[in-house]
Amino acid sequence: MQVLMFGWEFPPHNSGGLGVACHGIVEGLIHNGQQVHLVLPKVTPEMQQFDSKAFKLLNAHESGGTVNAVKLSSTLYSPYATMESYRTFLESIKKNSSAPQLYGSNLMDEVYRYASQAAMYAAEVPHDIIHSHDWLTTEAGIQAKKLSGKPHVMHVHATEFDRCGENPNQQVYDMERRGMEHANRVIAVSDFTKQMLVKNYGIPAHKIDVVHNAVKPEFTQYQKTHSLNEDDQIVLFLGRMTMQKGPDYFLQMAKKVLETNQNVKFVMAGDGDMMEQVISMSVDLGIERNVLFSGFLKGDEVARAYQSADLYVMPSVSEPFGIAPLEAIRNGAPVLISKQSGVSEVVKNALRVDFWDIDEMANQALAVLQYPALQQTLMERSMVEVEKMTWVDRAKDIINSYKRALAPA
Amino acid sequence: MNHYNKTICFYFQVHQPYRLAKRRVFDEHEQDYFEGPTNYENQKIFEKVAHKCYLPTNALMLELLEKHPDFKISYSLSGVFLEQCLEYGEVGKSVLDSFKKLFATGRVEVLSETYYHSLSWLYSKEEFAHQIKKHADLVFKLFKKKPTVFRNTELIYNNEIAEFIREMGFKGILAEGWDHYLEWRSPNHLHNPKLAELHSEDQRIAKENRIRKTLPKDFTLLLKNYKLSDDIAFRFSNQGWSEWPLTTDKYAAWLNAADGETINLFMDYETFGEHQWEDTGIFDFLRHLPEYAYKHQIGFKTPSETIKAYDSVGEVDVPHLMSWADMERDLSAWLSNPLQESALKRVFDLEHEIKSNLTKLSDEIVHDWRRLQTSDHFYYMCTKYWNDGDVHAYFSPYDSPYEAYITFMNTLTDFEEKVTEKIKRSNVDSMHVAIENLRVRLREVGSEYKTKSLKS
Repeated sequence: MQVLMFGWEFPPHNSGGLGVACHGIVEGLIHNGQQVHLVLPKVTPEMQQFDSKAFKLLNAHESGGTVNAVKLSSTLYSPYATMESYRTFLESIKKNSSAPQLYGSNLMDEVYRYASQAAMYAAEVPHDIIHSHDWLTTEAGIQAKKLSGKPHVMHVHATEFDRCGENPNQQVYDMERRGMEHANRVIAVSDFTKQMLVKNYGIPAHKIDVVHNAVKPEFTQYQKTHSLNEDDQIVLFLGRMTMQKGPDYFLQMAKKVLETNQNVKFVMAGDGDMMEQVISMSVDLGIERNVLFSGFLKGDEVARAYQSADLYVMPSVSEPFGIAPLEAIRNGAPVLISKQSGVSEVVKNALRVDFWDIDEMANQALAVLQYPALQQTLMERSMVEVEKMTWVDRAKDIINSYKRALAPA
Repeated sequence: MNHYNKTICFYFQVHQPYRLAKRRVFDEHEQDYFEGPTNYENQKIFEKVAHKCYLPTNALMLELLEKHPDFKISYSLSGVFLEQCLEYGEVGKSVLDSFKKLFATGRVEVLSETYYHSLSWLYSKEEFAHQIKKHADLVFKLFKKKPTVFRNTELIYNNEIAEFIREMGFKGILAEGWDHYLEWRSPNHLHNPKLAELHSEDQRIAKENRIRKTLPKDFTLLLKNYKLSDDIAFRFSNQGWSEWPLTTDKYAAWLNAADGETINLFMDYETFGEHQWEDTGIFDFLRHLPEYAYKHQIGFKTPSETIKAYDSVGEVDVPHLMSWADMERDLSAWLSNPLQESALKRVFDLEHEIKSNLTKLSDEIVHDWRRLQTSDHFYYMCTKYWNDGDVHAYFSPYDSPYEAYITFMNTLTDFEEKVTEKIKRSNVDSMHVAIENLRVRLREVGSEYKTKSLKS
C-alpha cells in the first residue's frame, strides 16, 4: 500500500510526542512493506532515516500549488500545548538547528498555509490511503481526499480537552471534530482517548480504532547514580509543568509521603506555565527542602534522571497516551501512573491510581520505597512488557484500520 | 456390596479466606485486619457463595444421600471457612447446619487439613502440625468426627509430607494424579508413597502431634483423576470444548470405560453453582449422576472406605513438591515472584518472637498471625496470570498483584509493631510487678529489722 501521510514534525526537529510517534509509525509501516510519502511543513536532509524507496519526504512548500483550505472562524486561540510552549518550541529549534526557519510564528496561520499547500500532493503522488495526525494536519487530509478521492484516516494523539481541560479553544475543537467527521476511520492512541472522542465529539465508537503507541527498541546502560544524599530515595516527576500533567497532585502526594518517611527527595524535571505556581506551592506546603527542580532535561539527562529514580510518578489529569512511563521503565524505574492515561491500558506491571486520590498515591509510593521486593518486581516485569511493545506490531493494527477505511461502506 | 465394577471417590474442598481490609502505611492501629478490601466484603462474599453454592449443593447432596442408600461423598472444610460459618449470622448458621445434616447421615467423610489453609509445611513443621491438630479439634467440636485421611492445602504433596502425615497417625493422604510422576501408571488404583526419611527433628514434631496412639498398618495414597475431575470442574460449561454439552449419560460411559477400581474425583466445592453457574445445568448433571453410575455397576465410596476396600498396586515417588494448581502443578501460584517470597518469609519470620512470648500475647493476636498465613493472600500476589493476561485464572479481590502485596505488607508491618508493643508493654508490666514485690519485701525486711533491733 502507498500511504500519503501528513505530518507536522519529525525527528530530529521535534518538540516531543507527536514527532516521535510519527517516526515510530513510519518505521513500523515500512517494516510491514508499506510505502510512505510524508508531507511536512519543512524537510531537512537529516530526516531521511529510512530506505528512500519506501520513504519519501515531501516539503509542503514545494507542492507547486495551493487548494482552498476551509478556515473556521475564531476570535482567539492558544493552541499547540499552549501558545507559549509553541514559542518555546520555535526558540529551541532556532537554537539547535542551522536549518532555515521551518514554522510560521503564528501557529493558526501556519496550519492553514500547510493544509492548502500540502494537500496538492494528492494530485501528484500515487497513494491508496491518506493518513493525517491531530488537528494540525487533518485539514490537509480533508482537502487531499477531495482531490484524489482516497479514504482518509485521522490519527488522534491528543485532544483539546487533554491540553486545556474543560475550557477548550473553540477553533481547535472545531477543526478536530471536522477532521474526525470527514475521516473514513479514526485512530485513537488509547481507549481512554476513544471514550473522549465519543463523549466530547460525538464520534460513533465503531468508527474508531484503538492503536496504542510503542517505544523504539534502544539499549540503555542502566546505572543508578546521583549526587544526592546516599540514604535518600528519589521520586521523580518528569514532564511539562502544565495543568494536564498534574504537578500539583505530585506535590500533595510528596507532602503526604514526607509525613511518614523523611528520607525522600522529590525531583521535578521539566518546565511549563505552571512552574512558578509549583515552586511556590512547595514552599506553602513546607516541603521545599525535599523538592528539587531540575528544569528542562535534554537527551542523556532524561535517561540519567530515570536511572536515578527509585520511583517515577506520572500523576496526569488527562493523558491520551503518555510515552514517558515507558521510557522510565526502559531505564529501570518502577512507575506509578494515573488511571486517567492511555499508557495504563498497556502496562500491567505498574502501580495505578486516580490522579485525585492523593492518599492512595502516597500509600503506593511509600510501599515502593519501603518494600524492595515490590520495587524489584515492578521493575523487572514491566521491562519485559515494554520490550514486547514494538511499532512493527502496532503498524499491523494501523494497516488493519486502513483496510477498514478502504472497505466499501 | 461387592457387585460394583468400580467406585467413585468424591472429595470436595470447601474454603473461604479472610481477605484483608484495605490498609495504608499511615493508617491508625487497631482496626479489624480481615474485613475484605471493601466494607464487610468477606461476609458478602460468604453469603453470595452460600446462596449460589453451599446451600443448594448441600440440599442436593442430602437429597441424593436420602434417595440412594449407597451414595457416599467427602469434604474438607478449612478452619477459617468454619469460623466464617460461626461468625456470619443466620446464613452462616444455615450453612453449618446443612453440613451437620450431611455428616449425620454417616455416609459423608470429613478430611483433615491445616486450619488456616496455609502453606505452613514449607516454613514450619511445628506450625503445620499445630494447625492440623487445631483443625481436628474444631471439626470434632462441630461434627463429632475425627478425620483420618489428610489433604494438604491445594493438594501440595511430596514423599516427605506423606511420611510426616503417616507419622502423625493418618491412614491416607490425597494428591494430584499427575502424569509427570505417574508415568505409565493409572491414578485409578491405590498406591503407597515412596518412603522418605524425615529429619529427626521433624519426626519428633510429627510424633508429638500424633492423632492416635498406634499407627495404622498401612498408609495409602489416593490420586486425583484430573482428567475426569476437570471435565466437571473446568470444562463442563465450556462451549468451545468438543465434548460440550456434557450429559450425565456420556460422563457415566467415560467412567465405565476407565480402567482401575476407583475413580478419584477431587474438586473445589464451588464448582457447583459458583464456577459453573446453575444455568449451565451443573445441578441436574449431579442430580442424575448416581443413577447413571449405578447403571454401569459403578458405586461410591468415601476415601476411608476406598482405602479399606482395595489393595495398593505399588509405590509412587514424588520427590518434589506438587500441587493441583494450573498447568505446572507446582507452587508457582503462591511462590514464584519476589513479592510472594518476601511476604511469606516475613510472616513466618515472626514465629519465634510470637511463640517465645505466647503468655504475653492475646490469643487474638496469635490467631491474626495465623490468618495472615492463609495461602490466598499469596495467590493474589501472583504475577503469572497477570502477565499471561489469563483473567479467568485470576480470582482476586484486588486490581493487581501489586495492590494485594501492598495491602498485605502494610498489614503485616502494622501487625509486627503491634506484637512488639504488646511484648514491651507486658515486659514493663511485669517489671512493675517485680519492683512492687521488691518494695513489699524491703518493707518487710525493714520492719523485721526494726523489731529485731528493738528486742535487742
